[in-house]
Amino acid sequence: MYLLILKRLLQAIPTLWVIATATFILMQLTPGGPFDVEKDIPEEVQALINAHYGLDLPRHEQYFRFLEQRLRGDFGPSYKYAGWDVDEIIAQSFPVSLELGLYALLVALTVGTPIGVLAALRHNRPSESVLMGFAMLGICLPAFVLGPILIMVFSMQLGWFNPFGWNTLGDRVLPVVTLGLFYAAYIARLARSGMLDVMRLDYIRTAHAKGLAQKAVVMRHALRTALYPVVAYLGPAVAGLISGSFVVETIFFIPGLGSFFVNSAFNRDSTMVMGTVLFYAVLILFFNLLVDLIQMWMNPRTRHDD
Amino acid sequence: MMTRLERELASTDARSLGRDAWEQLCANRMARIGGGLFMGIALLCLIGPFFVPHSHETTQLAYGAQAPSWTHWFGTDELGRDILVRTLIGGRISIGVGFAATMVALLIGVVYGMIAGYYGGRIEAAMMRFVDTLYALPFTIIVILLTVLLGRSILLIFLAIGAVEWLTMARIVRGQTKALRKQTFVDAAIVGGAPTRRILARHILPNLLSPVIVFTTLTIPAVILLESVISFLGLGVQPPTSSWGILINEGAVKLDIYPWMLIFPALFFSLTIFALNFVGDGLRDALDPKSMGES
Repeated sequence: MYLLILKRLLQAIPTLWVIATATFILMQLTPGGPFDVEKDIPEEVQALINAHYGLDLPRHEQYFRFLEQRLRGDFGPSYKYAGWDVDEIIAQSFPVSLELGLYALLVALTVGTPIGVLAALRHNRPSESVLMGFAMLGICLPAFVLGPILIMVFSMQLGWFNPFGWNTLGDRVLPVVTLGLFYAAYIARLARSGMLDVMRLDYIRTAHAKGLAQKAVVMRHALRTALYPVVAYLGPAVAGLISGSFVVETIFFIPGLGSFFVNSAFNRDSTMVMGTVLFYAVLILFFNLLVDLIQMWMNPRTRHDD
Repeated sequence: MMTRLERELASTDARSLGRDAWEQLCANRMARIGGGLFMGIALLCLIGPFFVPHSHETTQLAYGAQAPSWTHWFGTDELGRDILVRTLIGGRISIGVGFAATMVALLIGVVYGMIAGYYGGRIEAAMMRFVDTLYALPFTIIVILLTVLLGRSILLIFLAIGAVEWLTMARIVRGQTKALRKQTFVDAAIVGGAPTRRILARHILPNLLSPVIVFTTLTIPAVILLESVISFLGLGVQPPTSSWGILINEGAVKLDIYPWMLIFPALFFSLTIFALNFVGDGLRDALDPKSMGES
């Protein structure tokens, strides 16, 4: 167990190094420096700015400086948000994104799992089609279609929520639903097929045979095994929630890391883009490790894999 | 007089894999509906603009945004452009990018996966390690990075999307090739002195067809979705060129006053994704009943 954690942490190092180097090279290849857009800057000022940000150094020196800074957890200054360091921006905006993502994941699990389990228990009955029809709808409505529709219905027509912002608890509802619905639907499908597979197994028949009520069989015996695919999906889901946050935060004007990332990509703020990508990579590796640990805790059979 | 067994043999062995799959696909009602729906939308986008008496570019500022009417079925945007034509033209771009990027992904993924799976050993380890590293980041982030590097024209967008979508294809192809490599007919070909290129092209590739076809069909909607997300964020196709992502973005901004600007492009987009997913699922059931799993 500890060995696995250690091994995974060691494996993460080359991955992060490759990503850091790749982003560095990509940004170097990007035509035009970060300060080229401003007009009418005297040569000397331009040179001073470049010197201030270390852009006048030879490439390899910039690279080593870059790596050394990253190791210290220093992501350098943002080129566009003058006076701000990238780590300060991340520290400010990430908690917002984290809150959004965790709520969305929570909604996805608490809505998706029961729907999938129920659908499996009602297999081949009309109620199954209704439940899975809902799931299919959730899968085919991407966030950038769903979000505006929700705003149109619940903010414009019904006036229940603010159309954007992130101040009151009510402001959380629409973004969380927008982000979480796809995952709720996907988890419902996974839970359904997991449950269908499990209910066919011998030990479930045994549980039925010894006279247990259906509820006890499902809750105490089937559910844990049926949810393995759902837990395994949590890793990809976290990566997906991060991509989803770009869209949702843009739609609802939420000051999270996602909207900063999109803006910095738009403005070609290279330190900000590189820093955020690296931060996301660390985050995803961390969550994948966490998901593996949960999986090992739930399913003893995965404990002895390599 | 044939025995029953002979008759059965005669009736089964004449059916190729493709034909068998086609029949199964047609028997699948959702796949049939999805296929028909997609063909309808694609055809509409392709030839529809010729029959609509409005241009997607001509602006009529005095006209402004009008609700759907008999002259403008889907209404107009705030510059007086017809939404129906814009949706159809946008569909051309979205579907076109979807197919083009999928072809890029297909080509790179199949060649890469085949080489990795066939040679095995250190070559495979190194090649797949590279894929795993790129996999550490969500595709959206990689494409955004690439758009920062490459710029934001349509050509570059589909290259960028193709440049990430091949990763999954490479993984699938590699797994299949590894399994095929152990088959005796490959050994026979090697013993027979066939050059590697010939073995890959004539013996491995045809056996890869069904998983590759299935995955290709499922990649197209994924690519359309990715392109739309990127364009929606303003990092993809740039106006005045339109794709569904752009139209939905413009609609989302104006949804409180001109809801039709959002509804129609969103409807076309969602139906397309919906239809293509059903075709992909149907193909998966038809060609490959067991493996490939969810997603």
